[in-house]
Amino acid sequence: MLKYVVKRILQAIPLLFIISLITFFIINLAPGDPIYMFINPETANPVDVEVIRKSLGLDKPIYIRYILWLKNVIQGDFGKSFQHGRPVLEMILERLPNTITLAIVSTIISFLVSIPVGVYSAIKRNSILDYMFSTFAFIGISIPSFWFGLMLILLFSLKLGWLPSGGMRANFEEFDLIDRLRHIILPALVLGMASMASQMRQMRSAMLEVIRQDYIRTARSKGLSERVVIFKHALRNALLPIITIIGFIIPWLVSGAVVTETIFSWPGIGRLYIHATFMRDYPVIMGVTIISSVMVVVGSMVADILYALVDPRIKYN
Amino acid sequence: MAEIKLNNENKSVELAESYEYSDTFSKKFQIFWRRFRKNKMAVIGLTILIILYSLAIFAPFIAPYDPAGTADDIMYVDGPPTFRSYVGYNVNGEEVVFKPNFFGRDELGRDVFSRCIYAGRISLTVGFVSVSIYVLIGTVWGAIAGYYGGKVDNIMMRIVDAIMSIPTMMLLITVMAIFKPNLYNVMIVIGLTGWTGIARYVRAEFLSLKKRDFVEAARCIGASNTAIIFRHILPNAIAPVIVAATMGLASAILTESTLSFFGLGVQPPTPSWGNMLTNAQELETMVSAPWKAFWPGLFIFLSVLSFNFVGDGLRDALDPRLKQ
Repeated sequence: MLKYVVKRILQAIPLLFIISLITFFIINLAPGDPIYMFINPETANPVDVEVIRKSLGLDKPIYIRYILWLKNVIQGDFGKSFQHGRPVLEMILERLPNTITLAIVSTIISFLVSIPVGVYSAIKRNSILDYMFSTFAFIGISIPSFWFGLMLILLFSLKLGWLPSGGMRANFEEFDLIDRLRHIILPALVLGMASMASQMRQMRSAMLEVIRQDYIRTARSKGLSERVVIFKHALRNALLPIITIIGFIIPWLVSGAVVTETIFSWPGIGRLYIHATFMRDYPVIMGVTIISSVMVVVGSMVADILYALVDPRIKYN
Repeated sequence: MAEIKLNNENKSVELAESYEYSDTFSKKFQIFWRRFRKNKMAVIGLTILIILYSLAIFAPFIAPYDPAGTADDIMYVDGPPTFRSYVGYNVNGEEVVFKPNFFGRDELGRDVFSRCIYAGRISLTVGFVSVSIYVLIGTVWGAIAGYYGGKVDNIMMRIVDAIMSIPTMMLLITVMAIFKPNLYNVMIVIGLTGWTGIARYVRAEFLSLKKRDFVEAARCIGASNTAIIFRHILPNAIAPVIVAATMGLASAILTESTLSFFGLGVQPPTPSWGNMLTNAQELETMVSAPWKAFWPGLFIFLSVLSFNFVGDGLRDALDPRLKQ
């Protein structure tokens, strides 16, 4: 087991290296110059341009810049934001908890819906409700999240006035749970919609797989009540493959966060990222990409390891 | 008695109904259509898609207004939906009869219905072109990895893993913001980032197909590796590719609209369903002219949903093994 874990970690390192390489070269080889975000190219004094270029470290050849960047990152230094002059890591760490909170709440919502619905659809297969849920799942994966978000704002904030249209809190003085919940519910719903839909289908097929097994027939023939069979014997085993979903949903959540946070003015790393891209703030773009890739890679690694731990049929090699 | 026998015959016909190598194309199509038709949602999806494509193709004949707007229109900024023709005034104060604006007008007074129809041309084309690019890359990549196996497979699939670990939307946003956002770049960029899923499907098919006897037979008669990959194995692996490509059309349209929404995709004045929403998202506009945000989004939603339904129906019809 330990060998498997070590092997997965050793595989993750070159993966992160490749990701950083791809992103760095895409950003830096692109036409255009980030320093013209700070000065007007028509009126700029060439001497100033050189000074700024040097101060941002953009005067060196690209491969040297990459090596320097990599060296610093390994030491925990992601550089300073071109735009704000603040350390990138500090800016990310400030906003990361907000993104994670949003991701966790949306995951909880989607599991709360998808697991019971998936189980129901599997045991009442081909019933009218099963068809309705499956249509709903299609709707969930098809709805554009930015439009869904705007429509929810239109309905619940602007027309009905029940919920705030954006931001993370209205009460800045103290921690107010109700206020926080009112702010998080819409963005969490938008962020969780797609994963909710796909989890419903996965849960349904996992459950269908399990209730065909012999041990379920055994449990039934023992005379156990249907409830015990489903919830005690079947559900436990059907939940196993759901663990691997944790690995899948992290990239979904990170990508979704960019859209959701922008629509709902949620102060997380997604919004930081969008602003950084528009301003060509290279260190911030690189920082957010690396941090979120680390989350993705670690997430899928943890999911694989957990799955191997709970399912003895999986061999670790 | 006779009736029962008839029923039994029907049943056996249905069970025996599968694609045979010797079947003519029209026979195969008949079988395909009979299976596809059973999936009601897929039929609904196909109908919606036919309507959307017809609207897009015949846009100049259907759209009541010029999508770019005319001098007459600027008088009616954010005009509400109307279902009857009405008399209004143009810039010079002359009386003009306006056709109905089913979906209202936008911030420049342009007809939202006409723009939605013209935007369909762009959005649906972007989907097709970018999916064609990535089906091509993904199929070749997956075929080579699956066929050769071993080290080649290992390296190629690690690259796929690396690309899949980058949150796609982030990568797309970066690339589009840094390169010039326009119609062609959107198609290329979605095409270049979306192929990993197809590559995995094709590889999995190749891994199992390459061990089959017909591959051995082809090798015995001296077929080259290229011929075996493309002439012998690939036609057998095509079903999951078609299904994945149809679902891919859905996600490509979704991605394009998201990028265009952020101003990183198709650039105005060219209408795309995504960029029509860009100016509709301010809260004041959402209250005063909600139709500007509602209709283009509904078009995106319907087209994406329909492609997903059709993809599901294709899976049922082409490859029943995949059905759960």
